[in-house]
Amino acid sequence: MSKKELLLGNFAVARGAYEAGATVATAYPGTPSTEITEYIARYDEINSEWSTNEKVALEVAIGSSIAGSRSIVSMKHVGLNVAADPFMTVTYTGVNSGLVIAVADDPSMHSSQNEQDTRYFGMAGKCPVLEPSNSQECKDYTKMAFEISEKFDTPVILRLTTRISHSQSIVSLENRITDEEIISRPYDKNPDKYISAPANARKRRVIIEERLDKLQEFANNPKNNLINVEYNDKAIGIITSGASYQYAKEVCPNASFFKLGMVYPLPKEAITEFVNTCDKVYVIEELEPIFEKEIKSWGLNVIGKEIFPTIGELSPEIIRNCLKEAGELNSESLVTYDVQEDLPVRPPVLCPGCHHRGPFYILKKLKLNVSGDIGCYTLGGVPPLSAIDTTICMGASIGMAHGFEMAKGKEFAKKSVAVIGDSTFWHSGVTGLIDIVYNKGNSTVIVLDNSITAMTGHQENPSTGKTLKGDIAPQIDFVALGKAIGIKRVVEVDAYDLEKLEEVIKTEVNAEEPSLIITKRPCILIKGIKFEYKDLQVNSEKCNGCKLCLRIGCPAISFNNETKKAEINKSLCVGCGLCVDVCKRSAIELMEKKD
Amino acid sequence: MNILIAAVGGQGAVLASKVLGKLAQNIGKDVKVSEVHGMSQRGGSVVAHVKFGDKIYSPVVERGSADIVLAFELLEGARYVDYLKEDGILISNTQKINPMPVIIGAVDYPEDITQKMAEKNINTKFVNAMDLAKESGNIKTVNTVLIGLLAKNSPISKDEWVKAIKETVPERFLDVNLKAFEMGYNLN
Ligand code: SF4
Ligand code: SF4
Repeated sequence: MSKKELLLGNFAVARGAYEAGATVATAYPGTPSTEITEYIARYDEINSEWSTNEKVALEVAIGSSIAGSRSIVSMKHVGLNVAADPFMTVTYTGVNSGLVIAVADDPSMHSSQNEQDTRYFGMAGKCPVLEPSNSQECKDYTKMAFEISEKFDTPVILRLTTRISHSQSIVSLENRITDEEIISRPYDKNPDKYISAPANARKRRVIIEERLDKLQEFANNPKNNLINVEYNDKAIGIITSGASYQYAKEVCPNASFFKLGMVYPLPKEAITEFVNTCDKVYVIEELEPIFEKEIKSWGLNVIGKEIFPTIGELSPEIIRNCLKEAGELNSESLVTYDVQEDLPVRPPVLCPGCHHRGPFYILKKLKLNVSGDIGCYTLGGVPPLSAIDTTICMGASIGMAHGFEMAKGKEFAKKSVAVIGDSTFWHSGVTGLIDIVYNKGNSTVIVLDNSITAMTGHQENPSTGKTLKGDIAPQIDFVALGKAIGIKRVVEVDAYDLEKLEEVIKTEVNAEEPSLIITKRPCILIKGIKFEYKDLQVNSEKCNGCKLCLRIGCPAISFNNETKKAEINKSLCVGCGLCVDVCKRSAIELMEKKD
Repeated sequence: MNILIAAVGGQGAVLASKVLGKLAQNIGKDVKVSEVHGMSQRGGSVVAHVKFGDKIYSPVVERGSADIVLAFELLEGARYVDYLKEDGILISNTQKINPMPVIIGAVDYPEDITQKMAEKNINTKFVNAMDLAKESGNIKTVNTVLIGLLAKNSPISKDEWVKAIKETVPERFLDVNLKAFEMGYNLN
């Protein structure tokens, strides 16, 4: 079978795992890595799950690898921070069946809180890192990663970036392997290897260094397809990998190229030969100067971050300009049209009808200090809602609210709340909440429960009532959980009921003990959700143009500058009715319901 | 052929890029499509890059090199018009969707976009795709109306376009989409 398909990089990784005979896949969703596991879930042969966080996801995958199944775990770059603890040790214990850790970096932070280069983690953990540069390689390298993992007894990181994960190119599909000995190995009961206690770990420490040497040797051999050397014009040589390879190739089609497939450890001999063969060598890598520093440390002369930026995504344009400035290219600049400089920006916003709007509207109104968290509701931090003061990382809101109190005392705590989504709460909020109870804090924590992981595109989680595979699952009960960990004040409120919300929040922040408020309403975008749509209209007689309704920041309400009245855009409005309560003059009215 | 699709999250830019990807594959070209997911889907500004030809390296279109900028919203067209090459064409919906800073009155929606484009002699084709989409029976077909107009301005045969749409759009929406495509195709 050699069917060709246009595939997203992430889908190609999933396909690679399938063809390689993987039987276990775990993940916590995170842009740009999410689709890997979503796609894998479609294969009946692969047991897959959304884990509560990346640390758990990796631990499950380590378990299944030791038990004898090829396993893949996927996450975004910041997810690897969460999973760092098991990661740094599984590189010591090694694996039984192949273990692949797919990590998607997000240069330029298209949807992330920071920019970090996962190759550093590979180095820190002394773990090999492969980096594909198109969808075909996403598939091929995933398969190779399983083989390398087994051959060298190590987990392997498959490093992706947004541009590789989220671009589509042509991939030829093959069949899944049928070799039962590969698909299911016997359980490797080997305590000396898998109990990473000091005496064992010290022995493994030595083995790791030997393994790195062997990996380097392996990468040096062109037969193993981890390097791709093309000699053209030898005046300029370019050492690169991943998306940067594609950009550089477009800008300098005639240069000589050394493309790395394994980006850690580096094939020293082969690179040395390349550098010695070319007159001048540029290292083009996105983000950190990792290749560059190592190559320079071997005493070789290459040019890198002297001319290329360390911040953000590269592009053909950036590479072209940098090389031009360095006097290497003298092609003419492209003509570009510019219509107007200061066009209004169009930031993402909470969807019309999103239930997070209610709590944020009230928090702003009450002028509270709000420590926020990561998810759709982070969008509550921008105008007009502007209801969030801080966002650090998944789960941080709760601990930070406690920190506010540690710093400023009880009275300050009465003006502060933490907000966190349901998925994020399961991810790493629950431990913070236990910390507050245990350490006798008084914080108020609001869980915005929309029963889904919405930001990344609606993945199931422990409050959904369904698993990744669509099976019915227990829905974990916030109220019972709150009580069980010792919170006496647990209240559930309808997120659309502004009056009740305001009353509850006021009471709970004033209570001198911890409170847990759960605002409930499923995300309006969940398929098959029952929702009573209202047909609303602004009564222009009653509307006096006060613009109060605009403060809830619903994209469906706008102000008509000619009539000086508010307007509801019917193609966007979902009829949640929230704006009705906000208007002081009852100008937003319910129309006769058309079906 | 380099095409840049500029849209507002939720307008169907991803589906449009899929149609183009399928089309390129069907006519035997190498093709790369790139888009950024995540935040941008919540009504933010989104852009998809489609490139096809004999051999494609970079999945992103370079500024000043797009043959076509296909804008689903007027302001987004202006935002990405700098991707257009000198003799490229901007095909744009005239529909306006106010971004949040405009909604809350922090800034105004620029009124003179089309005029400024004319001043710069940009080759433009404007269409009220929203009205045509309504007429086709589903307001969500704005993207297909615009694909119709794009098809008319491309060297690729109409049959190929129709085939790509048939292979991409889900069965139950196919009829309205084909109708919307025709409407776009039959404009001037
Ligand atoms: S996806 Fe759901 S939770 Fe996210 S902004 Fe939209 S309605 Fe709100
Ligand atoms: S009812 Fe009001 S708040 Fe809700 S979606 Fe419509 S305009 Fe927005």
